[in-house]
Amino acid sequence: MIEAVHFPPALILFAGAFLLPFLHGTPRHVVALAAPLLTLWAVWGVPDGVALSVPFLEYQLQVVEGDRLSRLFATIFSIMAFTGTLFSLRQGSRLELPAAFVYAGGAVGVTFAGDLISMFIFWELMAVASTAVIWANGGQTAYRASMRYILMHLFGGVVLMAGILGVVAQTGSIEFGAMRTDSLATWLILIGFLVNAGAPPFSAWLPDAYPEASWSGTVFLSAFTTKTAVYVLLRGFPGAEVLIPIGSYMIFYGIIYALLENDMRRILSYSIINQVGFMVVGIGIGTELTLNGAAAHAFTHIIYKALLLMSAGSVLLMSGGVRRCTDLGGLFKTMPYTATMGIIGALAISSFPFTSGFISKSMIAQGAADQHMFWVWMGLAAASAGVFLHAGIKYPWYVFFQKDSGLRLKEPPLSMKLSMGLFAFLCIGLGLNPEPLYAILPYPVDYVPYTTGHVVTMLQLLLFSGLAFFIMLPYMKRTLTITLDFDWLYRKLFKLAARDAADRTAAAHTAAFEDADKRLAQLINRIFRAHGPHGILARTWPTGSMVLWAAALLALSLVVYY
Amino acid sequence: MNTLLAHLPALQVVVPMVAAPLCLLAGRAGLAWIIAFLAAAFATVAAALLAYQTLHHGPISYAMGGWAPPWGIEYAVDTANAFILLLVAAIACVVLVFCRTSIPKEIRAGREHLFYCMYTLCLTGLLGIAITGDAFNVFVFLEISSLSSYALIAMGGRRKSLTAAFQYLIMGTIGATFFLIGVGLLYMMTGTLNMADLSARIPELQDSRPVLAAFAFITVGLALKAALFPLHLWLPNAYAYAPSGVSAFMAATATKVSLYVLLRFTFTIFGSEFAFGNLPLLWVLLVPAVLAMFAGSFSAIFQTDIKRMLAYSSVAQIGYITLAIALANPAGVQAAMIHIFNHGLMKAALFCAMGCIFYRIGSTRIDQMAGLGRQMPWTFAAIVTGGLSLLGVPLTAGYISKWYLVQAALQTDLWWLVILIALSSMLALVYVWRLVEALYFQEPVPGREAVREAPLSMLLPTLLLAGANIYFGLDTRLPVAMTENAALLLFQGPGG
Repeated sequence: MIEAVHFPPALILFAGAFLLPFLHGTPRHVVALAAPLLTLWAVWGVPDGVALSVPFLEYQLQVVEGDRLSRLFATIFSIMAFTGTLFSLRQGSRLELPAAFVYAGGAVGVTFAGDLISMFIFWELMAVASTAVIWANGGQTAYRASMRYILMHLFGGVVLMAGILGVVAQTGSIEFGAMRTDSLATWLILIGFLVNAGAPPFSAWLPDAYPEASWSGTVFLSAFTTKTAVYVLLRGFPGAEVLIPIGSYMIFYGIIYALLENDMRRILSYSIINQVGFMVVGIGIGTELTLNGAAAHAFTHIIYKALLLMSAGSVLLMSGGVRRCTDLGGLFKTMPYTATMGIIGALAISSFPFTSGFISKSMIAQGAADQHMFWVWMGLAAASAGVFLHAGIKYPWYVFFQKDSGLRLKEPPLSMKLSMGLFAFLCIGLGLNPEPLYAILPYPVDYVPYTTGHVVTMLQLLLFSGLAFFIMLPYMKRTLTITLDFDWLYRKLFKLAARDAADRTAAAHTAAFEDADKRLAQLINRIFRAHGPHGILARTWPTGSMVLWAAALLALSLVVYY
Repeated sequence: MNTLLAHLPALQVVVPMVAAPLCLLAGRAGLAWIIAFLAAAFATVAAALLAYQTLHHGPISYAMGGWAPPWGIEYAVDTANAFILLLVAAIACVVLVFCRTSIPKEIRAGREHLFYCMYTLCLTGLLGIAITGDAFNVFVFLEISSLSSYALIAMGGRRKSLTAAFQYLIMGTIGATFFLIGVGLLYMMTGTLNMADLSARIPELQDSRPVLAAFAFITVGLALKAALFPLHLWLPNAYAYAPSGVSAFMAATATKVSLYVLLRFTFTIFGSEFAFGNLPLLWVLLVPAVLAMFAGSFSAIFQTDIKRMLAYSSVAQIGYITLAIALANPAGVQAAMIHIFNHGLMKAALFCAMGCIFYRIGSTRIDQMAGLGRQMPWTFAAIVTGGLSLLGVPLTAGYISKWYLVQAALQTDLWWLVILIALSSMLALVYVWRLVEALYFQEPVPGREAVREAPLSMLLPTLLLAGANIYFGLDTRLPVAMTENAALLLFQGPGG
């Protein structure tokens, strides 16, 4: 029995971040690996209920308030911080790991925040720290991507803050609990959350920014921001129906863009949006089963997505920066270990039976079926096939098999192999024995994943889409696009959704962005003319006209008052 | 000891006033600085004691020279002006430490003692405005502080400093004259200059033309002194071309004291009923305030001189304060008072940091500052902290300001104001980021030698002010308790 923890577990990670810049060599490694483990220990020491409360203005901030949901997310965040650290021990940048610690600490902080203000503080801390993770890669591309990234998040932050202020003004309480989407203020909060989840129309920041981080930075990025958003949605808006269409859109947006994409880490980034879409749908359905499913899926997704990105990161590091699928291929021969890890991750993300993805995603689908939400269920099933296509087959096929690209890469160093091995073990371990995960979910679980029905449906789905992939392979190579007119049962739905989403996003986005760019330039020009150093509003005025202003204002007020 | 305490309100002003000629007589920079510093330190302690007394034992009335009010001049201290006194004196004290090293480099040699003389005189004026309970006395101290600040700005040493000072002189004089005309009209109608008396007698005369005219003259005069848009035109040059220490001191205190007088006159003397009920002061203040928030921020974005940029940012921030005043509810008054305090902290920190940079590279132009953040990490840290506070990021003082401002706006159902506040905060992000980007991410100017961190005697006050931005973002007991009480007192209005 450990003693109750009455301080924010995030502090351990912050302290680690503070120490790291002063350390080198082995002590640095020890501190870097110990901090996330200590955090994990502290996470499990947080008792239920308010553990730390701090006065602020006329309120009490509940900086640490534990329950099952908080602990579940904090647990996976700590595990992720540990594995990510292990993976990135060879990283040359000395900024990245401290930034990642603050980032992870922010995520752990959000999960234990019992009130809106402390949640917001940790939330913004994450935004800034994750930007620093991208910076750490160095170079102009990373810098510009990070700027676009932070602007989007600060915008989300402002919207969120406005919503929080509104809620406080209405209710007089800063408690962070389940809210209803019945006022402008709660809508603003929901929008603020969704920006971080990568929901439309704010999805583009994610695949734009994540691949610009270093080979290890992306691994951290993939885990915290979107999953924290899932956490706050679970806490704040369980059963908000608007989340079902939003999540469905995300699912297909992710699939289609991932299928069209050529950069291996960008494929995986799109697939984050897709996977978060599943969770958002689960939250929107809002039964105990789907909420459990969403939470469990966040847990397993962090593991297999990090595993996939670690395998991609290994390829990136060992190849010295080759990113495009068309330049890769045939790496299986010289990197069998990395390839195996990538395949395990790919199977898990496709929710292959006996992997962690299967035991979590099927809960959401089952929940939709139980609610007789036929179209939602259908969409989820179709999407599962799509996931298998883009992440399950496309990623490993193009990177590790396909043609021989001539690259003869060595396996990555031991620490990276170990971290991948750990997560691969968890992927399969949780797939074979989901009980430890089910035991810590927010609601009691009486769901059995391995029924004949579930397994057979899933296998059918996967086999057929796998078949489709290889039949269509020639087309994919040439045009890097794919049409799915072969599919069974639900092909129409998928096609429609695909075409709709593709049209709306690809063409419209480009056009809209160009247009917006032009307009923005015009607007800035106009503002500059008025406000620039020689503009009418900012130049040095002759004293006479200043006096005139004063006289005019006086005259005006006299007139107004009379 | 008790006699000393009893005469504290008088000493608060008299000590700096006496110190000013002493600085002049001292004739040497070192000695003059010590005298000025002792006076400012005394003023800070006195203000702290007064603040404590008013908070725990209620308002203090002090009859100057033993002449009972309303015949004599009354010094009336309550939480509202004790709070302002504390801000002014404390900032003056900290900035004075900063000036010791920075001033010899920024003004003509041999004039340091004159500088300290003017500085203490300016301090005297500002403290006097805040403490006095007599309307005419406000004018006297307003002139003392203004005249000395013209001289302080002119000491900036650049040719533009002289024009800036001259323009400020013209505008300041007009502002003060308007104020005096207004006070004169009130005296004509009521036969008294004592603020408490005025507030008791004005309600009977509410509809008389001279009182209305007096109100117009006073508000416009004070708006001019407070640099409310579009009467802010004197401010950017005045702040940009003054010596760094003066910019820091004035940006943090001078306009704030005028805003305090505006609060005092609108709410206590005329009463919110009169100003906002009968007269459309809401719109008279709200429209310029919103314009200031945007015009000031946009102008700040495009400035190449960072001191000028900060000056325009002050215009925008004064917009927030005026906006809070215009809301005309106790929450708004409290928000205004809190932002007066917090904005003083941010701008003092930022101008001091600019002083540190000027000390090393002799310029505050943004293109000259490229890459300095790595060479002067502590100054950079102060700039980032001040900038975050300016944006209103949680855990900084600026966040507390924004919090109260938005809450006050929501209380009046003017929810669109919240959107405007958020938008203009995003503009602040642009100009703050521009500075951070230049300092940290750009490559240093080729050919410029690497510089060292600013000397400790400048760095410590800068960091202290920056730290205060964090401290008052976390521990809000002092400003919240003071302003809560102050807002109630101010809002009680005539006869209250």
